[in-house]
Amino acid sequence: MKKRTWISYPYVLWMIIFTLIPILLVLFLSLTDGRLYKLGEIQFTLDNFKRFLQPIYLDVFKRSLTLAGLSTIICLLLGYPMAMILSRMEPRKRNIVSLLFVLPMWMNFLLRTYAWMTLLGRNGVINRFLQTIGLPTLNLMYNDGAVLLGMIYNFIPFMILPIYSVLIKLDESLIEASYDLGASKFKTFMRIIFPLSLPGVISGITMVFMPAVSTFVISNLLGGGKYSLIGNLIEQQFLKVDDWSFGSAISIIMMIIILIFMAFTAKYDKDKEGGGGLW
Amino acid sequence: MVEKAIKRIYTALLFIFLYAPIGILIIYSFNESKSRGSWGGFTLKWYSELFKDEKIMTSLYYTIAIAIISSIVATIIGTLAAIGIHKMKPISKQIIMNINYLPVLNPDIVTGVALMTLFMFMNLELGFLSMLLAHITFNIPYVVLAVLPKLRQLNKYLSEAAMDLGATPFYAFRKVVLPEIMPGVISGALIAFTLSIDDFVISFFTAGSGVSNLSITIFSMARRGIKPTINALSTIMFLSVLILLLLINKKSLKEAKKK
Repeated sequence: MKKRTWISYPYVLWMIIFTLIPILLVLFLSLTDGRLYKLGEIQFTLDNFKRFLQPIYLDVFKRSLTLAGLSTIICLLLGYPMAMILSRMEPRKRNIVSLLFVLPMWMNFLLRTYAWMTLLGRNGVINRFLQTIGLPTLNLMYNDGAVLLGMIYNFIPFMILPIYSVLIKLDESLIEASYDLGASKFKTFMRIIFPLSLPGVISGITMVFMPAVSTFVISNLLGGGKYSLIGNLIEQQFLKVDDWSFGSAISIIMMIIILIFMAFTAKYDKDKEGGGGLW
Repeated sequence: MVEKAIKRIYTALLFIFLYAPIGILIIYSFNESKSRGSWGGFTLKWYSELFKDEKIMTSLYYTIAIAIISSIVATIIGTLAAIGIHKMKPISKQIIMNINYLPVLNPDIVTGVALMTLFMFMNLELGFLSMLLAHITFNIPYVVLAVLPKLRQLNKYLSEAAMDLGATPFYAFRKVVLPEIMPGVISGALIAFTLSIDDFVISFFTAGSGVSNLSITIFSMARRGIKPTINALSTIMFLSVLILLLLINKKSLKEAKKK
C-alpha cells in the first residue's frame, strides 16, 4: 500500500509558519539591539541577555522559581492524599467526585481568580467575617501569599488527576502481598505505592510547575507590584515598555529552562510511547 | 472509623477550598448592591442586564465563534496530519512529533509573544484573524496527540482488506479507518474546544486591541472591579456545565449497568 504521508503536509507547513518561524523570530529579536527600522542597520548583540543578569531581574527570576516551587510542593502534599482517598472510593462514587475536581477548570480561570479578590480584599468576605467576630482585619491581598494561594487554587487539580489516574491502575495484589509479608502500612506506602505512582507524581509536578513559573495573570490580579514574576516581566516588555528585544531574551531564557526541566522529568515518564516526547 | 472521618473531613475541606470562589460569584450574582463588599438584597436584575450588555455579549460571541471555528479546523488538519505521521519513517516521525510538542511544552506566554512577533513581521493587523490563527496553532498538537494512539491500535491490514475487496482508498478511509479512530477524533475536538474557550494568555497577545474575548474583557475589568453582570454570566455557565456533566454521568452509568 502506498504511504500517503502527503496528507500531513498541510500541518507540516502550518508548523513551519506558526511554530518554528515565530520561535526563530523571537530568538532573532533577542539577539538584536531593538532598532529594527532599517533592515540594513540591524546590530547583533548579547546585551539583552547580559541585562537579565542585573540583580533587579535576577530577583524577579528567583521569586518566580521560589513561588512556583513552593506551590508545586504544597500541591503535591495536599493533592497526593486526596488522590489516594479518591482512588480508594467505590467506582460509582469516585467518578462523580473526580468530575467535581474537573468542573472548576471549566469555569473561566480569570473569573475564579477574580473571585479570590472578593474573598481576600480589604473589605472582602474574610475580613468582614473577622470584623463581625471582633478580630482585627488582615492584609491578605497584594502579597506573595496571595499569589501562592492563587497558584495552588488554580493548579491543584492538575496534581490530583494524574496521580489519581496512576493509582487506580495500581495492581492491588502487590499491596496485599506487601502486607502478607509483614510490611506495615507506612512501609508499604514508601516501598510499593509511592514508587509505583511516580509517573503520575512527575507529570503532576510538571503540570503545576510549568504554568506556575510562567503565569502573569495570577500575580497581576492578586500580587499587585509591577515586576512581580518573570511572566509579568515579559508582558511588561512587550506591551508597556515596548522593548521587544529584551522581552524576547527573557522568553528564550524561560523556554530553555522549561525544556531542561522537561528533559529531567522525561526520564521518569515511562508512560510515553516511543516517538513522543522531546527526548 | 477515625480514619474514615479524617478522610471525609479532608475531602470536604478541599472541596470548600475549590468551590468557595465559585460560590461567592454565584451569591453575588443575586446581589442588589453593585459593590462587592456589601449585600443589598436579592435581585435578578443582573441577569436581565447581562443580555443588554453589548460588550459582554460581543466578547461571548467572539469566544464561542473562535472556539468552534478553531476546533473544527484544528480537528481536520490534526486528524489528517496524524494519519500521515503514523505512516512516516521513524526519523521524520520523530522530528515532526518533537516540533508538535513545542506548543504543548512552551509556556503560554512565550507562544503568545512569539505569535504576536510573527504577526507584526507579517504586517497582519491583530484582531479576529490573528486570534483565530493562534488558537488553531495551539489546538492542532492536542488533536494529533489524541488521534495517534487510536491509529496505533488500528489493525493495519484492515484498510488493505477493504481495498482488496474493491474499495477506493478514499472509500476505505471513510468507511473503515475513520469510524475506528472516531473516538480519538472526537476527544481531540473536545480538548481543542475546551482549550480555546478557556484561553486567555495567547488571546491577550494575539488579539491586540482589535477584538476582545470573554477572558480579555474580564481581565481588563478585574482591576476596577467586575460588573455583577459577569457574575450572572458565570453562574449560567457553571450551571450549564454542571447539568451537562450530570447528564453524561447518568447516561454512562446506565450503559455500565446494561453491561
